Amino acid sequence: MSEVVIKTNKLTKSFGDFIAVNEISFEVFRGEIFGFLGANGAGKTTAMRMLIGLSKPTSGSGTVAGFDVYKQTENIKKNIGYMSQKFSLYEDLTVIENISFYGGIYGLRDAEIKTKSDQLITELGLQNQAKELVGSLPLGWKQKLSFSVALLHEPKIIFLDEPTGGVDPLTRRQFWDLIYAASDKGITIFVTTHYMDEAEYCNRISIMVDGKIEALDSPQNLKKRYGVKSIDEVFYELARGAKRSE
Amino acid sequence: MKFSMSWQGAQNVRNKNTKMKQFLAFVKKEFYHVLRDKRTLLILFGMPIAQILIFGFALTNEVRNEKILIVDNAKDISSQRIISEIAASKYFQIDNSVNDPNQITRAFKKGIIRVALIFPANFNNDLMHLHKAQIQLIADASDPNVATTLTNYISAIIGAYQLNLNQTYKIPLRIIPQIRMLYNPELKGAPNFVPGVMALVLMLICVLVTAISIVKEKETGTMEILLVSPLKPILVILAKAVPYLLLSLINVATILLLSVFVLKVPVIGSILLLFAESTLFIITCLTLGIFISIKTNTQQLAMLVSLMGMLLPTVLFSGFMFPIENMPVGLQIFSNIVPSKWFYIIVKSIMIKGVGFSVIWKETLALAGIALFLFLISIKSFKIRMA
Repeated sequence: MSEVVIKTNKLTKSFGDFIAVNEISFEVFRGEIFGFLGANGAGKTTAMRMLIGLSKPTSGSGTVAGFDVYKQTENIKKNIGYMSQKFSLYEDLTVIENISFYGGIYGLRDAEIKTKSDQLITELGLQNQAKELVGSLPLGWKQKLSFSVALLHEPKIIFLDEPTGGVDPLTRRQFWDLIYAASDKGITIFVTTHYMDEAEYCNRISIMVDGKIEALDSPQNLKKRYGVKSIDEVFYELARGAKRSE
Repeated sequence: MKFSMSWQGAQNVRNKNTKMKQFLAFVKKEFYHVLRDKRTLLILFGMPIAQILIFGFALTNEVRNEKILIVDNAKDISSQRIISEIAASKYFQIDNSVNDPNQITRAFKKGIIRVALIFPANFNNDLMHLHKAQIQLIADASDPNVATTLTNYISAIIGAYQLNLNQTYKIPLRIIPQIRMLYNPELKGAPNFVPGVMALVLMLICVLVTAISIVKEKETGTMEILLVSPLKPILVILAKAVPYLLLSLINVATILLLSVFVLKVPVIGSILLLFAESTLFIITCLTLGIFISIKTNTQQLAMLVSLMGMLLPTVLFSGFMFPIENMPVGLQIFSNIVPSKWFYIIVKSIMIKGVGFSVIWKETLALAGIALFLFLISIKSFKIRMA
């Protein structure tokens, strides 16, 4: 069995009487693409916020990159990358300036920032746009750029919160190529998504319903278990009984 | 042991350097935001210049054809001369509608006149034999600036007449105008609008622009990214505030330069002290802006709260436009929590009166107290938001 990079045990978050995340336990392995699925309001975002150190769990335990989610959030933050569903670069800064900024706040040395930004720009084919404001780039490129920027400090794990919202299928496909490339380098991908076809691309997926993880396996196994042809149908089977939905 | 300690020392230095670099990277980014947004730039640098010029030139208290009520109880040669001088000047128009001295108060209250001049019965006699005579000058000081201008003009006319007389007489004669300012005897909030504009501009820039720039990051989602980064939240907030502190200090310099060279209002006290106190006020305002940004989630709301909640009290309660002394007690007490009130007093004292720190330490303390309070509640609510 390969190295465990995320491990939770009965991790719970409640707001007053409302239990947003109810005793979730799972493990994510190094280099894995782990899909985190659930309807709106199922508790995905809250669970993710606990893992990335933005929210303190109410009970249970968990480690991310070997660090405790209660006490070592500083260390967790150094070892993870994050890309939110909202586009997360500065539109009024150029491509280069955005890269230098993120390099800067992750404490990279100037020489490192220089090499990495050159490399990143070449990989994305943005040589001609390097000095343009990010706001003028098409959405697909922005998204690829923010993914690459989130990897700039070579994190062990990258958290993607609905990264492909609002982009066309072709760009989504290209985006997933980047994800595969990162996974090949041994980076663990933790991704939440609404698109069920994307769920099929993951090595393993978990489906959250009403704050609990109702299913966790590879897409093939899940389809076999429920005797259906697509993850869409698996999801429907599980989410049908949900009490909380928007 | 020794080795491990020095290693740890080196590690600490490295951490410190990294922190500094993170901080500088952030500050640099913040400057890009400011310098690339034309609207922000306009607010930042256009507004102080526009305000100073508007207050300095457009809102001057120049008086023309002002009605003046004259009660001449003397009816002698000196009083007649002075009256004809006043009538001849382009500033005044003599109002003869009221002759009864008892009607003066009524005329003032009705707003028919804003200034009155009263000669005592033995005006010329006193002047010639006692070598000095008194004259009463009454002005409606509810608009203190106008009142000052009016009394200054009349005093000047009387002064010119007196100078004229003294060329013929060997013993100097003195006419002593007894000036009475009605309604606002201390002339608080008089022509010293430069301190007022300074308080207003700094308040607006620091609170409004800071609040908006932080809320903007929340709206666009970049705040999430910053909070997930190893930057400490407190560092994020500080790095957001630093550029505005610098820009605001540039504004203080601009306002002072305009004031000295264009409006000819000198700075009598210590420039250094003035900048130190301005820094304190700017920090207070920045903390206020940060507090608003923590409590609001949209740029519109942040703007609304900043304008309604901050700008209005600044205009009303700083003593810059309306004398606080004339307000109901409740409002007078309320004015104490308005930071600009203290800053206005401080700047006025340094700029106009030229006093030192020993005179304004109380106001400084009040300002520092407000800043500290705002800082503490900001930190507290920021932590609550994070949890």
